[in-house]
Amino acid sequence: MTALLEIRDLHASVGDKPILKGINLTINTGEVHAIMGPNGSGKSTMSYVLAGRDGYKVTGGDILMKGESLLEMEPDERARAGMFLAFQYPVELPGVGGMSFLRAAVNARRVEAGEEEIDQLGFVKIVREKAKLLGISDDMLKRAVNVGFSGGEKKRYEILQMALLEPSMAVLDETDSGLDVDALRIVSEGVNLLRDPGRAMLVITHYQRLLNHIVPDQVHILAGGKIRKSGGKELALEVEESGYAGIDDAA
Amino acid sequence: MAATTETIAQVEQATGKYKYGFVTDIESDKAPKGLNEDIVRFISAKKEEPEWMLEWRLKAFRRWLTMTAPDWAKLDIPPIDYQDSYYYSAPKQAEKLKSLDEVDPELLATYEKLGIPLNEQKMLANVAVDAVFDSVSVATTFREELSKAGVIFCPISEAIRDYPELVQRYMGSVIPVGDNYFAALNSAVFTDGSFVYIPKGVRCPMELSTYFRINEQNTGQFERTLIIAEDESYVSYLEGCTAPQRDENQLHAAVVELVAMTDAEIKYSTVQNWYPGDENGKGGIYNFVTKRGVCRGDRSKISWTQVETGSAITWKYPSCVLRGKDSVGEFYSVALTNNMQQADTGTKMIHIGEGSRSTIISKGISAGKSQNCYRGLVHMHPTAENARNFTQCDSLLVGDKCGAHTVPYIVSRNPSAKIEHEATTSRISEDQLFYCLQRGIGEEDAVSLIVNGFCKEVMKELPMEFAVEAQKLIGISLEGSVG
Repeated sequence: MTALLEIRDLHASVGDKPILKGINLTINTGEVHAIMGPNGSGKSTMSYVLAGRDGYKVTGGDILMKGESLLEMEPDERARAGMFLAFQYPVELPGVGGMSFLRAAVNARRVEAGEEEIDQLGFVKIVREKAKLLGISDDMLKRAVNVGFSGGEKKRYEILQMALLEPSMAVLDETDSGLDVDALRIVSEGVNLLRDPGRAMLVITHYQRLLNHIVPDQVHILAGGKIRKSGGKELALEVEESGYAGIDDAA
Repeated sequence: MAATTETIAQVEQATGKYKYGFVTDIESDKAPKGLNEDIVRFISAKKEEPEWMLEWRLKAFRRWLTMTAPDWAKLDIPPIDYQDSYYYSAPKQAEKLKSLDEVDPELLATYEKLGIPLNEQKMLANVAVDAVFDSVSVATTFREELSKAGVIFCPISEAIRDYPELVQRYMGSVIPVGDNYFAALNSAVFTDGSFVYIPKGVRCPMELSTYFRINEQNTGQFERTLIIAEDESYVSYLEGCTAPQRDENQLHAAVVELVAMTDAEIKYSTVQNWYPGDENGKGGIYNFVTKRGVCRGDRSKISWTQVETGSAITWKYPSCVLRGKDSVGEFYSVALTNNMQQADTGTKMIHIGEGSRSTIISKGISAGKSQNCYRGLVHMHPTAENARNFTQCDSLLVGDKCGAHTVPYIVSRNPSAKIEHEATTSRISEDQLFYCLQRGIGEEDAVSLIVNGFCKEVMKELPMEFAVEAQKLIGISLEGSVG
């Protein structure tokens, strides 16, 4: 087992407000970790800090992916290096055709890796194949990115992008929010198909129910900007029963 | 491939012909600097024009002397010294470029960015020295096929000699010599442009296209285009100004007139990429253009599509006079300004005919420190019973030092006319940008994607081959606008 992602004593602020206050976390290749926590615990901040979003300032510590620090890298460089974030609220890009968008993303990565850009015809074939598994219709692929998609469609589209970009580190930010039971099942199946010995995942969620479908190797409880407790998948059930209050007290 | 080779051969032949038309001594190809009646006479003589054409030019010149440049646009135009410019410069004799290595590498890089294939690059590299050359080449290349259909497509100077009755009947009928300051100037000193005539019932078998380029330093460019579509005919005309020029400020004052008869349709597309000046606003083209079409016949249609990315200053309002009953006018526009560019552009839809309809879709994008203004007039005359207009003006801001302005004028003299106007102003959101970045798309490509998405409604109106070029152009024009 080699460490794919190492977060070392990570401190981060939004504006002047410190949100993350010393996170330590190591995820090995092939592992799926879950981060659970109450609202305002810093879960979404953590996903944005990993992806390098503007306005999320690292004030201490380090993030290493495959042994290399991400801190000096721009968001697009991190993405091309293998970091993927499935958004909680995927944004609409009016007029931007889905296929051109997906192809631009895939080709950006291929160019970085010194590979040939993929042509349109070959690409359409690959996308259709992967889309089918996620129940994404051709019609949806023809539309502008996320425009007029339902909540469930948007989440499936995120997973489709993950399938196409084949990241080494995938962060799923509240992928279960806004999903009904059926949509949750489809999305989870999609994610499970992408579990791979060469890939690590970090699943961020408020609720335990997602973890019934995407079963994690480890669960961490985030509260007040720190990881308060770590354990196996059974920790999620514990939280479900006794809530986050007990965890906070324990810390 | 064979076709391309053939085209090049024909194009080379055409240049060969030109060699004899314009003497070898390059200096003598130029009229002396400055503008007076003698210069107008000089131009007319060089063009071997009939007397009536000279009289027409002189009338325009005398009119121009009494006029002043318009100052109502939201533009900061430095004073122009009209005496410090050449008004006639015959296409500089092209030193035939022996290989691509001799072409300005920057020029090559631009063509590469535009995705123009190598063979065409060779062709355009030669074209670049001569704007007339290209319109000749296109006409020459397809002349036989076009004439089979009865279509006339030739340089306007040739039309003045060969089809005087058509030119006399229509030139100035849409844009009279005294229409405005720049149109009057053009009427006096225009040197080239295209003439198109589509006979009754003919659907022009191919897209007609012309590439323009300003070649010489200190030279104004005044081209004039006249398109006549007889009853039940159709033509799609593309105008490209995609070759950049890296020089001082230069004036480009073109006039385009369109005439559509009963049931005729004219689709006129422009991709304008004159040199915009550098990031400090030095250099660039002053693009002061008058374009107007008249829908003379019932159910006739004129559609303007423009993608304006170049020029230091753009002053341009392609318009439709909807005289025919149930005639249709359309205006689809993307105007992109970056750095210190200024654009004041829009349209006029003049509704005279009963049941006439017009659609205006304008997308303005401002980046850098540029100023971008939509200015449009929708005028419903008392005769425009049940006429309709729909206008949508969207502005997109990139960065926080640019400006977007919308100035719609609406005049309705007929109570049954319906006019709708929608306008929005937005910014590229940080959310959208981050979403693209997170997928590995670089910042400039991301902005280009989002902006192209914003322009989609207009871009889809462009003929396919132009749409691809225009999309890339938008990306190129936005370079340096972020980060």
